[in-house]
Amino acid sequence: MSSTIEQPRFTCALGAYESVVAIKRGVPILHSGPGCGGKVGQLIAQGEGYAGGSTAPCTNAEEQDVVFGGEKKLRSVIENSFKVIDGDLYVVITGCTAAITGDDIGAIVGEFQEEDKPIVYLEAGGFKSNNYVAHERLINAIVDQYVDKFAEDKEVEKGLVNVFASVPYQDPFWNGNLEGLKRILEGIGLKVNILFGEESEGVKEWLTIPKAEFNILVGPWVGLNTVKHLKRLYGTPYIQFPYLPVGAVETSRFLRQVAEFAGLEPEQSEKYIKKEEGKYYAHIDKMASFMLEFRYGIPRRVYTVADASTSIGFSKFLLNELGIIPGTQNIVDDIPEKFQEAVKKEYEDISNLGRQRDIDVRFDPDAGRAQEVIEEDAKNYPDKRILLLGSAWEKGLASKLKADLLIVSVPVQYRLIMNCGYTGYEGGLRTIEDIYDRVLATYR
Amino acid sequence: MPTINIDEPAVLIREKRLGTINAYSGTAEELVEKSHSKQLKDSKRRFSQCLGCNAGQALCQLSMIEDVAIVNHAPVGCAGDFSGFNFVYRIEQENRNLPERNGRYFSTNIQEKDTVFGAIKKLEETVEKAYERVHPKAIFITTSCASGIIGEDIEGAAHKLTEKLGIPVATCTCDGFRSKVWTTGFDAAYHTVLRNIVKPPKKKGNYVNVVNFWGSHVFDEIVKRFGYETRYLMPFSTIEQLQECSEAAATIHICPSLSTYMGAGLSQLYGVPEITVPPAYGVEGTDRWLRALGEVLGKPEVAEEIIAEGHRDIVPKIEELKERFKGKTAYVMAGAAHGQALIHLLRELGFEVQGASVFHHDPVYDSDHPEMDVLQHAVQTYGDVKNYQVCNKQSFELVNALYRIRPDLILARHGGMTLWGAKLGIPTLLIGDEQFGIGYKGALNYARRIDEALDSIEFIKNYSEHASKPYTQWWLDQEPGYFQSGGSGKCTSGRPIAEL
Repeated sequence: MSSTIEQPRFTCALGAYESVVAIKRGVPILHSGPGCGGKVGQLIAQGEGYAGGSTAPCTNAEEQDVVFGGEKKLRSVIENSFKVIDGDLYVVITGCTAAITGDDIGAIVGEFQEEDKPIVYLEAGGFKSNNYVAHERLINAIVDQYVDKFAEDKEVEKGLVNVFASVPYQDPFWNGNLEGLKRILEGIGLKVNILFGEESEGVKEWLTIPKAEFNILVGPWVGLNTVKHLKRLYGTPYIQFPYLPVGAVETSRFLRQVAEFAGLEPEQSEKYIKKEEGKYYAHIDKMASFMLEFRYGIPRRVYTVADASTSIGFSKFLLNELGIIPGTQNIVDDIPEKFQEAVKKEYEDISNLGRQRDIDVRFDPDAGRAQEVIEEDAKNYPDKRILLLGSAWEKGLASKLKADLLIVSVPVQYRLIMNCGYTGYEGGLRTIEDIYDRVLATYR
Repeated sequence: MPTINIDEPAVLIREKRLGTINAYSGTAEELVEKSHSKQLKDSKRRFSQCLGCNAGQALCQLSMIEDVAIVNHAPVGCAGDFSGFNFVYRIEQENRNLPERNGRYFSTNIQEKDTVFGAIKKLEETVEKAYERVHPKAIFITTSCASGIIGEDIEGAAHKLTEKLGIPVATCTCDGFRSKVWTTGFDAAYHTVLRNIVKPPKKKGNYVNVVNFWGSHVFDEIVKRFGYETRYLMPFSTIEQLQECSEAAATIHICPSLSTYMGAGLSQLYGVPEITVPPAYGVEGTDRWLRALGEVLGKPEVAEEIIAEGHRDIVPKIEELKERFKGKTAYVMAGAAHGQALIHLLRELGFEVQGASVFHHDPVYDSDHPEMDVLQHAVQTYGDVKNYQVCNKQSFELVNALYRIRPDLILARHGGMTLWGAKLGIPTLLIGDEQFGIGYKGALNYARRIDEALDSIEFIKNYSEHASKPYTQWWLDQEPGYFQSGGSGKCTSGRPIAEL
C-alpha cells in the first residue's frame, strides 16, 4: 500500500470508536493519546452522538504512561466511567501508545467482565489497521465478549436477519443507508437487526444476533470477517451483495437474491418489488423529459473518489438509470489486494445490456494523486459536463473543472446530513434529486 | 530563566517552561496568588475525557501559511484534522480575496511494520513527493506519538532533505503525549518557525506583527493611525513574510496563551517589543491597551485621540445595552487568557460572572512580564470570581458545575462545549472570531450578540426538553472537582462501583 497519503479519506483503527457511538447508549472508552478522539472525530463524526466527542472517556496518555505503562490509569477511568456515564455497553479501544507500550488491556477489562459489567475491549492499536478493518473487529469483539455471554436465547428465529453494511460515520449516510436497507428487507417480509443507528433497538437487538436465520453482508470486503466469524460461532449462513444497492434495478436485484437465499415465497417478495418499482418509475417518468430535453447541459461523465461499495453502487445506478458514463474510478478505502479483482469484475459487468465498457479503476488511498489523475483525464472530454462523486476535498477540483460535485464521502463539510440515505428505491430517487439540485443551482 | 531556546530542536513543553496546570477548582483570587508565589501544582484526575493534543494546535498555526506543504509523520488517524483546517483555509481565502487553493497536507501513514523496521525512508519519500506535487517554499514535518516512540532521527532526515531540495524542511516536534497542555502545540509551531525560517533583521520594517489565528483584520485601522502597517501571523503569511517578522516595530497579542512563545521569541532574539498588557477587550481594557501600544510605537497622543473617539462614538451605545443586562448572571468557558478577558468584558457589561471554566492556566508567560496577567487584571478591577475552574475540556466537570450554577448566559470560546449549555436550557453564545471582541467596537459587538442570544431562548428551551443527557444523577450530585487530587473521589480503588 501507498506510503504517502495526501487528503486521507479514512482514519486509523481507533476510529472504530465511532461505531460504538452509533450503537444506542454505547460508550466508547479510549485508551489513547490525548488528541486521538478529536482527530478521528474531525474527519468522520457528525456531532457528539450520545457519548462520543468531548463526552467520551479517555486515558489521555502522557509521557509517563508511555514509559511506565498506563494500566493503572485505564483501570481507574473504566471504573469511573460506569459511575459517571449512563450507558448500556462500554467498549475500551486502544490507540498507538497502548499498542507500543503493550498494556495488558484484556486483563484489566477482564476484571470488570468478571463482575458481569457490560464491557468489551478492542485492541485496535491506531497504526495497526484502519477504521474499516477495526470496525469488523469491533463487531466480532462485541459478539464474543458481550453478546455470546449475555444472550439468553440463541435458537434460530425464522425470518430474522442481521445486516452488515455501512461503517457508521465513515459512510456519512450510514444512518439513512441502513434505514433504507431495513425498510426494503422488511418489505419482503424479513425481520431485521440493523444494529446501528436510529432504526436499531440498541444492545437488546445485538443480543439477538445469534438467533438470525442468516446474515446479509452489503459491500465488497468490510464485514466479511464478521459474517465468517458468525458462521463459525453460530453456524449462521450468509449472503453477500458486493455494493450498496442504489435505485430500482439494483434494489430489485438485491431483494431477489436475498429472497431466493431465504427461500421466501416469490409471490411475497415480487409483490413488494412490483409495488415499489411502480412508484419509482412513475417518478422517473415524470422527470424523463427534463433529462432528455434540458438544453443547458447536465452531467455526462462521472469521476469517483470514494470507497469501493459506494463507487460501484453509484456507478451502476448512474450508467444504467441516468445515462451518466463512468470515467476513472478512484477507490480510496485501502481495500486489500485480494478483493480488488472482484471490484474490477463488477465494473466490467456494469452495463445491464452486457456492453463492454473500459473503465479505469484505481486502488490507491492517496486521494491527492487521484485528483491529479482526474484533472488529466478530464482534458480529453472538454465537451462534457462532469459530475464528481467525492468529498469536501474535491470542492476545488470541481470549480477548476466546472464540474458538479455530489459529496458522498468524508470529509463532508459542505453538506449537512441527518437521515439522508441513498440505498433502495427511495435512495435512487434521492440521488437523482441531489444531483440535479446541484446542477440546477449553478444557473443564475 | 529565559524560556526561549532555538538551539534545541524541540520546544520545552509548557508544563516545564511556564508551570502550566490543567486542573484547579477554587477562586480566581487564590489562583492568582498561588501563581505569583509559585505555589501552583497541577492535579491529576481519576476520570477523564478526550482532550486535544498539541499536534492539532501545531498544525493550526502551520497549515495556512501560504506557500508551504505539511508532512505529518504519523499513522493516518493523526491526519484527521487535515480537512478541518482546509475548510477554514478555503473560507478565509475568500474573505481575503485570495485565489482558491487546497491546503497541501500529507500523511506518511505509519503502519505496524514501520514501528518495527523504521519509518524514516517513508518520511523521506513523502517529503519528496510533497515537494514534487506542490513546489512549496518550505516543508514542515509534524511528529506524532508513534513517530516519537519509534524514536528515529527525524531532525537528521530534515537536514538532509533541506540540502537536497534547497528549501527549508523543518521539524515541528509535537508528539501527542509530550504535553497535556495542547497549547504547547502553538509553541512548537512558533519554535520551528523561529528556529528554521525567521531571519535576523536587516532593517526596521514599517509594520507590526499581530500573532493570531485567522481572525478578521480589525487591527488595520488602529495600527494605521500610528503610521504602521499590519502583518498577521502565521496563517495567511508567506514564508518570505515570516522570514522578515524580526523586522517588525512591535508584536501584538490577541491572546497571550496563544502567542506567548512567538512574542517573547521575537523580543528576546531580535528585540521586537511586545505589547505586554492584556489584549484590548472591554472599554477599560482597550484604553489601557491603546496607551501601551502608543508608548511602544512612540505616539502616545495618537492613542489618546483614538480613546477619545471611542468614548465619544461607541461607549454610549454600550451603556445603553448595559441597562438590559442588569441583574443577569453569566458563566465563561474558554481558553486561558481569552477566557479571562471575556470575564473582564462581561463584568464591564454589567453581568455577574458566577464562574468560569478555562482550559489551562499559565501562571506566567514567556516574556515574564507580570502586567500581562489577564486574570489578575480582572480580579483587581472587579473583584473575585468564586467558581473558577481550570478544566481542559473535561465536559463532565463543566456539566456538573453548570448544573448547580445555572447562569442566565454562557459565553463560550471553543467548539464542543456550547452543547452543554443548550442541553441544560441555558442560552449559550459561541464567538468563533477572536478579533470580534477587540476594541470599543468589539465590546459593542459582544453586547449586541449577547442581547440577541438572551432574546432567542425558544429554541434552547425546546431542545433542552428533548436532549440526551448521558451523565448519571450520581455524578451530578458530587462536587465538580470530585475526581481531582484533593477532591473527595480521588481514592477510588477497591471501592464498589456505584449502582447506576
